[in-house]
Amino acid sequence: MTDVLPRPVVHEEPDHEVVHEEHHARTGILNWMTSTDHKVIGMSYTVTSVIMMIIGGAFAEIIRAQLASPNGTLVSLAQYNELFTMHGSVMIYLFAGPFAFGGLANIIVPLQIGAPDMAFPRLNALSYWLYLFGSLTMLSGFFTAGGAANFGWVAYAPLSNSLNTPGSGADLWIGGLLLTGFSAIFTGVNLCATIFYLRAPGMTMFRMPIFTWNMLVTAILILLAFPVLTAGLIMLYCDRHFGTHIFSVAGGGVPVLWQHIFWFWGHPEVYILALPFFGMVTEIIAVFSRKPVFGYKGMIFATLSIAALSLGVWAHHMYTTGVVLLPFFAIMSLMIAVPTGIKMFNWIGTMWRGQIWFSTAMLMAVGFLITFLIGGLTGIFLASPPLDFFTHDTYFVVAHFHSIVMALVLGAFGGLYYWGPKITGYMLNETYGKIQFWFLFIGTQVFTIPGYILGLDGMPRRVAIYPHDPQWQTLNQISTLGAILIGISTIVFVANIAVSWKKHPAGDNPWDAHTLEWFTTSPPPHHNYYRLPQIRSERPTWDYNHPDHKTAGHGHHPQAHDEEVTVT
Amino acid sequence: MTCGPTFEYGREVELPALPPQGSTDRARRWRRIRRALVLPAAAVALSGCTLPNFGASKGVTTSSRSVYHLWQGFSVAAIIVGGFTLLLIIWAVFRYGRKSESIPKQSQYHLPLEWLYTVVPILIVFGLFAATLVVENKETANPKTNVTIDVLAFQWGWKFTYPGSNALVYGQTTQAPEMVMPVNTNVHINLRSSDVIHGFYVHAFNFSRYALPGVLNQFTIRAVNTGTFFGQCTQLCGLYHSLMWFRVKVVTPSQYQAWLAGYNNPTAASAARAAGTATKQQISSIVPSKRTTSKGDN
Repeated sequence: MTDVLPRPVVHEEPDHEVVHEEHHARTGILNWMTSTDHKVIGMSYTVTSVIMMIIGGAFAEIIRAQLASPNGTLVSLAQYNELFTMHGSVMIYLFAGPFAFGGLANIIVPLQIGAPDMAFPRLNALSYWLYLFGSLTMLSGFFTAGGAANFGWVAYAPLSNSLNTPGSGADLWIGGLLLTGFSAIFTGVNLCATIFYLRAPGMTMFRMPIFTWNMLVTAILILLAFPVLTAGLIMLYCDRHFGTHIFSVAGGGVPVLWQHIFWFWGHPEVYILALPFFGMVTEIIAVFSRKPVFGYKGMIFATLSIAALSLGVWAHHMYTTGVVLLPFFAIMSLMIAVPTGIKMFNWIGTMWRGQIWFSTAMLMAVGFLITFLIGGLTGIFLASPPLDFFTHDTYFVVAHFHSIVMALVLGAFGGLYYWGPKITGYMLNETYGKIQFWFLFIGTQVFTIPGYILGLDGMPRRVAIYPHDPQWQTLNQISTLGAILIGISTIVFVANIAVSWKKHPAGDNPWDAHTLEWFTTSPPPHHNYYRLPQIRSERPTWDYNHPDHKTAGHGHHPQAHDEEVTVT
Repeated sequence: MTCGPTFEYGREVELPALPPQGSTDRARRWRRIRRALVLPAAAVALSGCTLPNFGASKGVTTSSRSVYHLWQGFSVAAIIVGGFTLLLIIWAVFRYGRKSESIPKQSQYHLPLEWLYTVVPILIVFGLFAATLVVENKETANPKTNVTIDVLAFQWGWKFTYPGSNALVYGQTTQAPEMVMPVNTNVHINLRSSDVIHGFYVHAFNFSRYALPGVLNQFTIRAVNTGTFFGQCTQLCGLYHSLMWFRVKVVTPSQYQAWLAGYNNPTAASAARAAGTATKQQISSIVPSKRTTSKGDN
């Protein structure tokens, strides 16, 4: 057998009083602004991105209210274009990504691998401030004379040039996106460096929790994809202001080039958004089923193949341009279903023969599975070019990706309920949590399913009115009802925070969880750990707490494993 | 697809009798699973003499019909795979809820099973891809045509011109200009845009294509039904995107020729207007009926 390192005791636990006073000395807004602690930065990210979600959600409610009648007059056509542009932009650029890789990953990844902080703490702080001011820049478009950006979140050229979209709202959109893009790139660098270099003794790559694995792959995808977007945005800005003609036909440019650049970032971005939530759900399902992740290594290879394939499918957003090679992008897009299916069956396999505890986090995870199943299956239709010709830019597509992103929102709340106690030290109220779950889950289905039918019936996306086809009204009203239910669920969540504010201390490990972060205190001390358990699997805390119930089966030899432990 | 007359409900569905004494838990469970699977399958077989439309419509062109059948095929595959997966999720959720504080077996790998759910989806994907290719090749083929229509999209309207003829239809937003085309004829469309990207989308064709500035997009449609069908721009193109409407009017070839002639021959046109719709056949005998409007784009 391999030699086993002696137990890596990091520190003796210091006097609690000292720590306490030290923290008291540096509280206040100045402490928050100058902090380079990954937990403080991660918390800032989380709070900011949840506020962004509420702002984007408010836009969505206005959009749905407008669509509740065929001749809606709540907003003008121009305002409607601004609203759906900013809804998409806020949700994708300012909520989903930053919440995952800036918020939870920032807090959890160093904890899961036993690191004292991120590899570059000041770069991490810079990331947050770039993100915050990028967000404010983008949103400030609403206060300009011409209003916010109104060319859709994809900003297709040449609609986004200075002729078709004059006004500073569009420039603020580009500027804001550049800043948040740099923030994402820096976070990607930071995550890669942290995961590669700051793992605790014993934490080999194949002992990293799935969440950390997914964040590593996400970070690599960020590094591959975001610089392309940054370059594209600079080109777009030059086209608008410096007289370049990169995307304009008049000067010999190619409008479709923007779509290639945008989607070369945009499709990996879909997985940059999704993979972190896959990771959260994996952790939650394993912990609340009291079983290890089923097919742990298969899960990692599935993640890697999703990431690899995601770089070769961008043109499936462009089937109807008529200028892309259809069969290649069709087979690549269809193939992504395979690793995604592997993940789905691994999640089910993790629950199989477990002892499932239906806490709010677990309910959210199951809600994620079902919603993601619907969104994933409808995505397979869209991978087929003839079926995409038929549904492209209709509500079918809108419903498809809202099933996906609402699944991610379910995963996000699952992550908050699961890791909230670790981050804050206090439990969230479970009753409120379950009420929130049912509103969110039912609301999601009521909101998305009419969209599929409307799309098949020919309702195009991004239309503010549909007077020629008033029979679409009923389904639109059902969809609006779903959006209202989702809105209520968010209010319940905010109420939950208010109700459970510093009420029930969580303890170190309230869920009997598996991974390293549950070994330290809640909230963790500055630099995270006073001592570490032995890391001999991807579940060090579980192994420590349940030495008689180590992972069984393929590739593991419990007997020998036990002996190893007793040697030390 | 028609129903076989020999299908017998009673023979297919063997409702198991009470489990014999001493049968294991596993055997009982398996029997329960089998019953759960066989009943819905039989129900589908009974009701599904013809496949349902799964929300889509057949449309009025040859390729819209093949797209519709592809849609049905994908839907069946999705419902089988999705239904199976959903059953597994629901089963796991209801069957394995926490009953005690005991710790379940900590199993992590089952390689044969993992291989199974890797290989089977790959096979399904290749099946779907093959079906896709067949329909796609049919749809993107450019067969020989003798009717060509130039479509120009602009903010926020459409212009339809007919090469070799003076015919021109032009309209903005809710004017919804009408693209007239003959039925049972391969019609070649040259799609262009004069400003931003627009989407040429006719629901009854089950088809859409971008009108790109600087790019000539060509495709061929063959309508099999006459009638007037609604079309709309689907790609966000600015302020009045919601109202960038058009119509497609599919008429018989003789009506089409008459309509074209109306633009070429003012006298005939005014005569046609005066005579009204009842005299269409007469008009088609006035104008030459074999006109070739194609400029040889193919």
